[in-house]
Amino acid sequence: MADRVLRGVDRGRGWRLRDWWDLNQRKLIPYLFLTPNLIVFTIFVFVPIVYSLWMSFHEWRGIDLPKFIGLENFVEIASDEVFWIALKNTLMYAAGVIPFSMGLGLLAALGLNVAVPGRTFLRTIYFIPVVVSAVVVGTLAAWIFNDNYGIVNATLRQVGLGRVNWLSSPQTAMLTLIMSTIWIRLGFCMVVYLAGLQGIPKDYLDAAHVDGATAWQRFRMIIFPLLRPSTFLLLILNVIYSFEAFDLVYVMTGGGPGYSTTVLPVYIYESAFELGRYGYANALGLILMVIILAFTLLQWRLNQQGEV
Amino acid sequence: MATTAVAARTAEYRQQAARRQRVSKALVWMALALGALVMIFPIYWMAATAVMPPRDSIARDVSLIPRTLTLDNIEGGWNRLPWERWYVNTVFIATMRVLITVTINLLGGYTFAKFEFRGRNVLFFMMVATLMIPIQVILVPRFIVVSGLGLANSPWGVILPASAEAFGIFFVRQFMITFPDELLEAARLDGASELTIFRRIVLPLSKPAIAVLVIMSFSWSWNGFIWPLVVLSSQENYTVQLGLNFMKGFYYTEWNQIMAMALISLLPILIVFMLFQRYFIQGIARTGLK
Repeated sequence: MADRVLRGVDRGRGWRLRDWWDLNQRKLIPYLFLTPNLIVFTIFVFVPIVYSLWMSFHEWRGIDLPKFIGLENFVEIASDEVFWIALKNTLMYAAGVIPFSMGLGLLAALGLNVAVPGRTFLRTIYFIPVVVSAVVVGTLAAWIFNDNYGIVNATLRQVGLGRVNWLSSPQTAMLTLIMSTIWIRLGFCMVVYLAGLQGIPKDYLDAAHVDGATAWQRFRMIIFPLLRPSTFLLLILNVIYSFEAFDLVYVMTGGGPGYSTTVLPVYIYESAFELGRYGYANALGLILMVIILAFTLLQWRLNQQGEV
Repeated sequence: MATTAVAARTAEYRQQAARRQRVSKALVWMALALGALVMIFPIYWMAATAVMPPRDSIARDVSLIPRTLTLDNIEGGWNRLPWERWYVNTVFIATMRVLITVTINLLGGYTFAKFEFRGRNVLFFMMVATLMIPIQVILVPRFIVVSGLGLANSPWGVILPASAEAFGIFFVRQFMITFPDELLEAARLDGASELTIFRRIVLPLSKPAIAVLVIMSFSWSWNGFIWPLVVLSSQENYTVQLGLNFMKGFYYTEWNQIMAMALISLLPILIVFMLFQRYFIQGIARTGLK
């Protein structure tokens, strides 16, 4: 279309433009095709990233002008009790979500890799929570784990056990949150592991079988090592996922009770949009990003060492 | 004689092995089915609560199977809040977002896959690297940029920033990099313009990739929460997810109505998923993203 427009606009002395276009077309086309992407990435990603860096060295509450305060935001963060609680909560959340969603996802994938009847149907069931929105999951979990009327406590009561204050007690709120997240993530991990399992040549397993290897030996010596790329990928994605988790936490617990489920992303959101501390929230965001990058690099290094 | 004995023993051994395999298969199936029951139960309970009279769902001897069915919750929940408006908003945002994002993802991915140009690797790296950046880092500055453009509290404030989607570019590039260059060169020799090549040759070959992109960006748009929460401040501009969150906060005792509305909000995405399941799974299995 671009060439037709150029030709049409200057029909009078169009030949020059047209010659120029024909000459340089091959060089220009890639940039023209990329223009929409470059525009939206610049406006909505690159500029905000630079802006974010700049803002984290300023004090700004949205109304007055930003005031340069150097590293003061970071100094304040270091002595901010809530920040340390949020960091601890984030780590606890990740430590609960990652091993269980990956372990159970792997188990489900191993089971579904066997030719059992109805396995497509079973796979669908395990995957459904992945497409359910975080708001629906948060609302649903709040209902199921409701102290008085939730079905979990009703069942506990019917079998004669005491009730648990799943979401209203600081001791159990994080646990409830982690369980709900595992429910969402399991199917995702399962699909990645299933794809990995399908890439393992059947001959290897048959050969091991003939040599008398037990199922556990086959898993430990062949399947698990060959699934290493899937495990590595999932580890990285799950670290990012659990460090960035906001939607579910915000809807389900709002960070409470107290600060018991305030993870870093929730604290960032509250600092910015509830307390109006834009500069401070940005400094917190940068710290979160550095933590995620550090974890990713660490896993990368460990993975490379393991391969040698 | 000896050979028949060996043959008999081999047959017996084979039978035993087959029996053992049948048993282990049955055990695997039972474990999987039990797991599936746990996985589906919350969704079932949402649907059951939605069609139960409130007094049944909070009864001391609550029954897992609804004793009486009712549509009151759906009607009551629907009439309580401006859901029609919220669904119209959500569908508009999702449609525009899919159209714009998928179009420019295809253009971008194609360019990175099939053209040599200065700065290609740097630009590609810069865009894909943004996948590593948590949304919380750019939440505030992006909101300020969007406000500055006059898009705060507007559906376009949700649609346009979402079109900077590195996942799509990466996915399309991986898909198109296997296209034979000869095909494109032949069309060029025939005098086809670059845009014609893109439309007539590249796009028809990319149907499976387009399906994955459409479905992924539709589901992210339908389910998205944090960004619409930041951008859309007035109730009339809410999306369905924001409406649901509002209802949960404001009418928190009306669990049956909340579940009815949650169920309805889930239906479109569930239908899309059931119809195009394999694209969802491909999207994840091939790139491992989101």
